[in-house]
Amino acid sequence: MYAPTFAAPQSVDEAVRMLGADGAKPLSGGTDLIVQLKSGRNRPAAVVDLKKIPGLVGVEETSDGFVIGAATAGAQLGEHAGLVAAYPGIVEGAELIGSTQVQGRASLAGNLCNASPAADSIPCLAAAGAIAVVVGPNGEREMKVSEVPAGPGRTNLGKGEFIKCFKLKKPTANSSDAYLRFIPRTEMDIAVVGAGVNITRDGSSGPIKSATVWLGAVAPTIVEVDASCIVGTSLDDATLAKLDAAAQSVCNPIDDKRGTVEYRTKVAGVLARRAATIAFKRAGER
Amino acid sequence: MAKTHVTATINGEETEFLCDGQQTMLDVLRDEMGLTGSKEGCGSGDCGACSILVDGRLVCSCLMFGAEAEGTDIMTIEGMADGDKLHPLQQKFLEHAALQCGFCTPGVLVASKALLDKNPNPTEEEARYWLAGNLCRCTGYDKIIEAVMDAAAEMRGE
Repeated sequence: MYAPTFAAPQSVDEAVRMLGADGAKPLSGGTDLIVQLKSGRNRPAAVVDLKKIPGLVGVEETSDGFVIGAATAGAQLGEHAGLVAAYPGIVEGAELIGSTQVQGRASLAGNLCNASPAADSIPCLAAAGAIAVVVGPNGEREMKVSEVPAGPGRTNLGKGEFIKCFKLKKPTANSSDAYLRFIPRTEMDIAVVGAGVNITRDGSSGPIKSATVWLGAVAPTIVEVDASCIVGTSLDDATLAKLDAAAQSVCNPIDDKRGTVEYRTKVAGVLARRAATIAFKRAGER
Repeated sequence: MAKTHVTATINGEETEFLCDGQQTMLDVLRDEMGLTGSKEGCGSGDCGACSILVDGRLVCSCLMFGAEAEGTDIMTIEGMADGDKLHPLQQKFLEHAALQCGFCTPGVLVASKALLDKNPNPTEEEARYWLAGNLCRCTGYDKIIEAVMDAAAEMRGE
């Protein structure tokens, strides 16, 4: 009978050694891995649990911003008041994943490396310019979160590499973010479209100084929207219509039972507008 | 296949068990410990019938390896009543007839306890969202929510 070996290393170095072996897979929350293992889609020879390594679970607020352990669960993000205040959009994305039970386990790195185009926590991480600190047989390197997914179920991590933590810069004054997704139900579903927006305003009542917009579930990976059309504005209707069009123009979605190509494309424009409006308002309140 | 030796506190008692690398915590509870209150509905984290608390956090035991339990404090439905005295949630589920076939009930009770531990005064909407990962095909949920809200009120001394 199939049974992988199980190990819970206490240090990054030990984990790097173990994950260098053929067929070894890192485990954080396991909410994707265990389902795949049971269905036979993914049959690792060895499961390496990262959660016993110091720093892999938890949120640390530093003078530069935040360091989030790769295996930190969504529920733990929501319990960190400083992170919720600084990056509400990242937290609301993570807290939309699955049920309360799943949110108690599912991690940011797992959401990123499972590489579903519909991963809810990723658009706002990308919009915030989050950095993934990657470790592996060749040492440590930093990647932008947006550069990690390569396509559905595939990443740009090398053999034996895994994410140790995420770095988020300290948000500048009058900046905030927001995430919205559309699902046919009210809870417990996979995004038909997701939109993450990060906005910095020029003063609490000023126009937009800079903006970043990423969409999920409308292409093989998350995609960036050219948000230059909203910079310098306060999101009047004509500007929002431009953002809507810019969002629709980058969509290359699949056609499936949860949404046609036309539907997903249209909803992407709507969510980009709405998420931008929320992020703009939040940015004025900080 | 080498088995992993695990020491964990289960329902207040220090417990040791052996498990292999594909056994979930649910498998361990049901097959190794004889704690069959936690149910396997879907085995993929969709139904919540296997809900347990691990270090106070609500999780699906089907989505956790048994070997991950090392050093943790686990509560299952078997640890909910105080001897013969039912937990207020259990009592209210009986009074409100918040169950029919009963298969989902252990998971719903553990999830409800986790909610009230965190938030003793939830709104109905908060309770419904919190319990969205616990599927019940019999009751239509209204009686479950009524029982949870009533138990919460009683536990607050109202």
